[in-house]
Amino acid sequence: MGMIKITVIDRVGEAHELDAPTDMSMNMMELCKSYELPVEGTCGGMAMCASCHMYVKSEHDLPEMSEDEENMLDQAFFVEDNSRLGCQLHLTDELDGLVVQLAEVGN
Amino acid sequence: MIETDIIIIGAGPCGLFTVFEAGLLKLKCHLIDALPQAGGQLTEIYPKKPIYDIPGFPEILAGELVDNLLTQAAPFKPGFTLGERAETIEKTEDDFFIVTTNRGTKHRAKNVAIAGGLGCFEPRKPPVPHLENFEDKGVEYIIKDPTFYQGKKVVISGGGDSALDWAVYLTENNIATEVSLVHRRNSFRGHPDSVQKVIDLSEKGRINLITDAEVIETHGNGKLESIVIDQKDQGKVTMNIDHWIPLFGLSPKLGPIADWGLNIDKNAIEVNTVDYSTNIPGLYAIGDINTYQGKLKLILCGFHEATIMVQSAFKRIYPDKNLVLKYTTVNGVQGF
Repeated sequence: MGMIKITVIDRVGEAHELDAPTDMSMNMMELCKSYELPVEGTCGGMAMCASCHMYVKSEHDLPEMSEDEENMLDQAFFVEDNSRLGCQLHLTDELDGLVVQLAEVGN
Repeated sequence: MIETDIIIIGAGPCGLFTVFEAGLLKLKCHLIDALPQAGGQLTEIYPKKPIYDIPGFPEILAGELVDNLLTQAAPFKPGFTLGERAETIEKTEDDFFIVTTNRGTKHRAKNVAIAGGLGCFEPRKPPVPHLENFEDKGVEYIIKDPTFYQGKKVVISGGGDSALDWAVYLTENNIATEVSLVHRRNSFRGHPDSVQKVIDLSEKGRINLITDAEVIETHGNGKLESIVIDQKDQGKVTMNIDHWIPLFGLSPKLGPIADWGLNIDKNAIEVNTVDYSTNIPGLYAIGDINTYQGKLKLILCGFHEATIMVQSAFKRIYPDKNLVLKYTTVNGVQGF
């Protein structure tokens, strides 16, 4: 079973080092939820709500943003250059060591 | 006062199927939903997305499922209070519930089923300090009546269809004297026709298009008088305006239900899986809004919960009647 390490920094600044399986077709939103980190994932992972907005803090080669993701981030708040939707980042071996920080949620 | 057997809060798939199952037991239902149409998040968020785990449907679009559920419920003539949010609930001395909406519509029934899904969809508010001071005093998240902006200086924020369409509408109909559209990027995700219209109007100098920009401050004395826009190249610019309309879509909130005295765990209502009752007798919670050990937020599980729940609701209305399970294949569907 493929396992990688992912670090998620929550909204109070605490870092959580997570074991993430690469063979369960999971994404970053689902990984956070499975560890009960405060990620809503309202739309279930369809890039339609931006509630899994996170910042990528490490230098990883990430898959390019789809138009859906770009459009959704367009509606999100607190967007930075390193913003991504967690649900669009699928766990693969290439993501080993990834560090992300959860974005603030708007009102 | 609207009278019924079961008041259903939330007209999503689970609420709609409750009408059918209650109808088989000859119980009448009335649905309340904050959105102006039935279907909940299926209609609001993903009407064109296929769903693959509805038993008997290898693939069905979310919007189609809602249409089918409405057709299935139709023989039982459900009532609808749409575009209104269930605000308060009270129990009468004779053990009935009265649910009142934000617009004052009252509903009375022996049973209430909360099928609220993710909660009610409310406009997303941009993170601008002290924004609440100007709400309805120059800052509006929804355009209810465009003539309200007659002769005003208006700034709209957002890059989606509603932002584009309203910017065009207020301009082309000569309603607002000045229309600005502020958007964080220089491309728009709205419908290409709407995008083109905005660009054309901008080139004619009729819409003031400000891209790569965000509104970061609001100012005024008692009402909105000016905003500060942060633009990538030009930096911060103050603009004197009458109205700012941020249009950033909707997001679900648990809303007033949170204050109804229910046992709540992580934004979900705790229920007893025997009949999906809450800690308040006669008040049930079904679908995505409830929680119990092993809960799965799936439409098919919500359908099951609705079916079990109406049996218990029946018993509250007719404590002395015995229910016998009847198959629709035997009796068909006898509408009201």
